[in-house]
Amino acid sequence: MTTGLDTEVENTPASTPAPRRKRSGGGLGRYILVRFLLIIPTVFILMTVVFFLMRITGDPITAALGGRLTPDQLAQRRAEAGYDRPLIVQYFDYLGGVLQGDFGMSYTDRTPVTEILTTYGGATFELVVYAVVVALVAGVPLGMIAARTRDRWPDAVLRVVAILGYATPVFFVGLLLKLVFSAGLGWLPVAGRISTRGELTMGSILNPSPFYLLDALRLGRVDVLIDVASHAVLPAIALGVLTGGIFLRLVRTNMIGTLEMQYIDSARSRGVSESRLTTRHALRPALIPIVTVMGMQIAMMLGGAVLTETTFEWNGLGYMLAEYMKARDYVAVQGIVMMLAVIVALSNFVVDVVAALIDPRVRY
Amino acid sequence: MTLSNPVPPGEGDGTDADLAVESATVAATARSPWYFRLPVVSHLRRSVGLQRGMLITGVVLVVGLLLTALFAPLLAPYGFAATGVDGVKFGGQQPPSAEHLLGTTVTGFDVLSRVIWGTRTAVAVMVCAVIASLFLGVALGLLSGYVGGWLDRVLVMLADAIYAFPSLLLAIVMSIVISGGQSGAWGGIMAAAISITVVFVPQYFRVIRAEVVRLKAEPFVEAAKVIGTGHRRIMGTHLLRNSTRTLPLIFTLNSSEAILTLAALGFLGFGIEPTSASEWGYDLNRAMSDATSGIWWTGLFPGLAIVAAVLGVTLVGESINDLNDPRLRTRRKRSRAQRKKVTA
Repeated sequence: MTTGLDTEVENTPASTPAPRRKRSGGGLGRYILVRFLLIIPTVFILMTVVFFLMRITGDPITAALGGRLTPDQLAQRRAEAGYDRPLIVQYFDYLGGVLQGDFGMSYTDRTPVTEILTTYGGATFELVVYAVVVALVAGVPLGMIAARTRDRWPDAVLRVVAILGYATPVFFVGLLLKLVFSAGLGWLPVAGRISTRGELTMGSILNPSPFYLLDALRLGRVDVLIDVASHAVLPAIALGVLTGGIFLRLVRTNMIGTLEMQYIDSARSRGVSESRLTTRHALRPALIPIVTVMGMQIAMMLGGAVLTETTFEWNGLGYMLAEYMKARDYVAVQGIVMMLAVIVALSNFVVDVVAALIDPRVRY
Repeated sequence: MTLSNPVPPGEGDGTDADLAVESATVAATARSPWYFRLPVVSHLRRSVGLQRGMLITGVVLVVGLLLTALFAPLLAPYGFAATGVDGVKFGGQQPPSAEHLLGTTVTGFDVLSRVIWGTRTAVAVMVCAVIASLFLGVALGLLSGYVGGWLDRVLVMLADAIYAFPSLLLAIVMSIVISGGQSGAWGGIMAAAISITVVFVPQYFRVIRAEVVRLKAEPFVEAAKVIGTGHRRIMGTHLLRNSTRTLPLIFTLNSSEAILTLAALGFLGFGIEPTSASEWGYDLNRAMSDATSGIWWTGLFPGLAIVAAVLGVTLVGESINDLNDPRLRTRRKRSRAQRKKVTA
């Protein structure tokens, strides 16, 4: 009975007065829809920009085989692939293909780009997940410590560490980790996702997933699990350090803000312990900006993943991108770049929705 | 206020009275000689404790970087592409010794020389990229914010799309477009600079456009319109000069990002050929296989050079940002200043 009355009371002010309130009140579904529809122009613009940029200099066949074929042969190849048609026709052809989920065919190994994504995308996803875990586990508590000890020595040290984390390129972190833990101490493997022996054991599993750790768990073999995990440690740290530094700074700045709020003082006066003040009262509101920044981080992490994967020969999208670039296979490069753009746009959307769910003020 | 010394609106006429401490420091700096009012110098004078330490470290590193780049021919023991001297080969992967303080690379280059010559490439790319994106971004932002309408909408959408894109991937695409991958010294530097410019332009564009849209409604712009000032003059004087407040921060952040992007492009093999210029990212790429066999000197030093360069520029930018933001400025100084005021 009481709940029914409550909703009645709640409904009246929302439906009757100024239209401004009404819009902000029932807007979550609409906000999500509008935000989702906004992905389309973003992706469309990116596809157009990337397509025309990649074609300004010439067609993929000339790029890949330029020096190796006679002009006649080259012209013939180009005609076969349809690259002699007007650019605008090729563009709409490509766009039509994309709409049907066809991102073209790589030129060097004749693989559909969508297949490249499904084969190698999982590895990149796995790496990014590990790195986010590393970044959160390292960044959030350290940021809390820095905020609590503001302007004293732990804060000073941590701020320098955070700036160093930003200033050190992923591949240099990777190199240092390799020098110390692989070449120096011999604790962890140098590169790759799994050892050859582990790979043979993994081969026995039915319908393997792209996530090695899951497969190793399903296999139930401890040695394979350790093998897979030990290969993941260094890449995860290398990529995680970059984002961890950013998280540290975000948590620090935001917590300094929330620690000065009056509700903290009021909670303290009620006798709430200092540790609880930090971990609950001040931390939670400070975490909201992190969710928002995560969206931007995903774009940055994908860039970082390209470098990390190249450093550790981690067989993911970034590694393949670098390989295709070396082979001058611009169809594949364009396809992978486009795919990553779609992923970034989608993850930005998810992050915005999550931010809206957490914080009701973020609706417009 | 004299006629010969015009003060931009909103700065000298007491509108900032609510920020008493802020205006006091502004007044203090306004009275001091011109060299104390220079951006970095005035910040240095205002800073204290840890913040001052960070700023000084940053300035030292940046000055070191610039001086090394300037005097590279004098400092470097060998050329950046030299594999031997007087017909005697250095030999590959030599550990650090008296002749080669930092050892030699796989191809037999002297590591120390390549690190020193690399400063030139980094500085050249940084300067070109930041200046180009500054001019382009500011011009587009002014135009877009002032003109408005469909031009504004198209530019904003384009900038947002580019901004959301992984910057490294965009730089890769651009470097493919410009140079088709590898290229010579200036070609490579320009390619890297332009690739980075494309990534940065949206940032300047956004900031300037937002400011211009806000300023456009200010009375002094309307007053200028009323007395018949031309569009060009309004954009160049009234809007531009008042919308550049946040630029120094983006400027320094971009400088450090430019060095990182250049190194990343070089690392992926999309940089400058080793014989036309020295580039740290490329050297690190070659050093990656050395690391497996425990050869540390080929990768460690170019990497440290990147870190030092980026760290220097970032520290300067960070400190200036913190000092400009009264909430982030170290509190001890403010409380001391206030106490002094109370006793006086």
